[in-house]
Amino acid sequence: MTVTKPSSGRERQSSKRRAALLAGCAATAALTLTACGSGGAAGTTNKDGFAQAPQKDGALTVWVDATRVEAAKLYQQQHPDVKLDIVTYDGDANGSNYLQTKVQLFNRTGKGWPDVVFSSQNNEVTWAVDQNFAAPLNKGLIPSAALGKFASGANDVCTVGGTVYCLRNDLSQAVLWYNAPLLKKFGYSVPTTWEEYQALGEKVAKEHPGYLVGDAGDSFTPEIYLWASKCGANHITGPKSVSVNTSSEACTKMAKLIDVLIKNKSMSISGVFSTDFGKNEADKVLLMPGPAWYGGAVFKDTFKIPAKQIGAAPIPQWQGDASPSTGNVGGGTWLLSQHSTHIKAATDFLKWVTTDNAYQGEKAPGFPAYAPAAENWLKGQDASGYFATDLSALKNASSQVWPGWGSGQFSQEAIWAATVKPGLTQGKSVVSMLPAWQDSIVKYAKSNGYKVSQ
Amino acid sequence: MAFVAAYVVLLVAFGVLPTAYAIYFAFTDAGGKITGFANFITTAQDFRFLDAVGHVATYLAFWLVSLVVFVVALALLLHRLASGGASKALRFLYYIPGALAGAASVLVWLFMLDPTVSPVSSLLGAMGFHTFGEVIAPGNLPVLFTIIAFWTGAGGWIVVMYGALNNIPTDVMEAARIDGAGAWKTAWHVQIPMLRKWIVYMVILAFAGGAQLFVEPQLLSLASVGVAGRDYSLNQLTFDFAFQMNNINGAAAVSVELLVVSVSAAALFVARSGFFDAD
Repeated sequence: MTVTKPSSGRERQSSKRRAALLAGCAATAALTLTACGSGGAAGTTNKDGFAQAPQKDGALTVWVDATRVEAAKLYQQQHPDVKLDIVTYDGDANGSNYLQTKVQLFNRTGKGWPDVVFSSQNNEVTWAVDQNFAAPLNKGLIPSAALGKFASGANDVCTVGGTVYCLRNDLSQAVLWYNAPLLKKFGYSVPTTWEEYQALGEKVAKEHPGYLVGDAGDSFTPEIYLWASKCGANHITGPKSVSVNTSSEACTKMAKLIDVLIKNKSMSISGVFSTDFGKNEADKVLLMPGPAWYGGAVFKDTFKIPAKQIGAAPIPQWQGDASPSTGNVGGGTWLLSQHSTHIKAATDFLKWVTTDNAYQGEKAPGFPAYAPAAENWLKGQDASGYFATDLSALKNASSQVWPGWGSGQFSQEAIWAATVKPGLTQGKSVVSMLPAWQDSIVKYAKSNGYKVSQ
Repeated sequence: MAFVAAYVVLLVAFGVLPTAYAIYFAFTDAGGKITGFANFITTAQDFRFLDAVGHVATYLAFWLVSLVVFVVALALLLHRLASGGASKALRFLYYIPGALAGAASVLVWLFMLDPTVSPVSSLLGAMGFHTFGEVIAPGNLPVLFTIIAFWTGAGGWIVVMYGALNNIPTDVMEAARIDGAGAWKTAWHVQIPMLRKWIVYMVILAFAGGAQLFVEPQLLSLASVGVAGRDYSLNQLTFDFAFQMNNINGAAAVSVELLVVSVSAAALFVARSGFFDAD
């Protein structure tokens, strides 16, 4: 999401916030004697592209999700002289908005912000910039040489009006995962086009009923299939504008493919994390288009598939399409607070956690967004001996994520889950629900203040 | 006296002031400027608002009717059994689910309702539900939330009603028996009329609680990864306005509406039932 942003917006927001803060303080002053901290301009210095609060000594507060605790602990181990206060929160998983909720409360009280935060969402800048939380990173804090080494487009979701407000932790480009020994046993080969993929699904349904070539039951299903197919359901065209069109051929032909495979039961509608899938279908996976993190988080840790079975191939393309494209499912981000009073320590941590091989190159569970670390990470995956093939498909896909699908403030996953998923359960086809899906996206976008073109 | 004063301070600090603050927010914008009913209009125009009103109304209808019917019926049954030792055990049994904290008891139900892990999966299967997705189809939600709310909340009320039944003077019951009234007639003509105030009291509190429906749909929404229960109730919408859309004032407007509706409903019930009339 690279967008241009009118410069007046932020100042207006800021004065509004200060007024709200004052009002809030006035109303609570009678009740408590808590001093309403000055979130305002007193004593700030303009540096690195934003007004920095007076710097102090003291512990660096880092908020991470359970998975990233390991990163913070490793940093502490390697930097014993840094005082680190590690706080675990849900990481905004499943769109919980915990961080946004807290930041709004901190904005009202004028204190309490963490210095560095990890979020498993990649749309945090859609609010964190307006609410004066995220610090600009390419105005002095992070050298452009380092920024340049992130995979191409990785930090698009962090960029507003040319300014980078967060760093991408991992990429979640979709590839085609498959069970290599099973595919060989059945005498099939890995499909390279969607046409071949559909044909294989129909063959599997006849010859080996019960086995699966994919799953369409997750809230992120559209980000795997429809995004890869270049369906323009979520084209963020500006900071508060989006273009939504789910009736183009790119959308309908993929929806039809999904419908055919759901109907012949070679595509599941349970969702890979559902109890149902884990119990009844986990050992029936032949092929599975899915994001980079499926390798570890789904096949290895959730389905417990033994080593040397799962391999990765490029996601299929439509026949005759010259520019290969794929989708993307999430990928976390790191933000640095503008209110931090330990900016130097915070920046050091941020740089280390996103780029250093000690974590990203060796320990990170997902595909690192920082390209040199990704190289190292891939070597590590090969050496671990879990996968049946090398993971070069991931590397190639990392630069093929179709840029026509953005990351807005409203959650596409939540919309799909509430609009399309119940219909799938009732046996409706995806094609028949495309108009309702569009309608729902438009409504959510509008109620979040987006200008919508269809 | 000091005790009452301490209570008043707490009540003002955590009850009255926040309410006043919310009302102030509801009629102002983010800058503190008075905006009249603008927040009410904006929120009412949100595409989810009317749906949420409908959802809460349906839920309230299911919940209040089932609460009144089953709580009174079960309390009467419990009272009939009072002679035996079974009553004590049943009273305790009814109360247990209520002792679980709200969110925890909803989590229990999330397991109960998922056919893959549910201890009653054969029952769910017999009703035609084979996956969690089928169980939580949109049309089933009011019934599901009612079942959850009844299971977690009704036990306490049964115990209260039972206590109220015990307060009916024995000579009244005696007189009914001598006049030849059986169990059914005694219940209908003597016990239920004398329980009326308790029932009204229960309905007022249950109405206020039900209108604020939040935990059940919110947890269901998390458990189903957004398939069911998101933006379902007005309170969830309030939460969304405040924290997702950065519109605290709109959120305050919706909560003021909920307050007005609950207080009006309570006033209506009180006035019609002669709740505060001296006996």
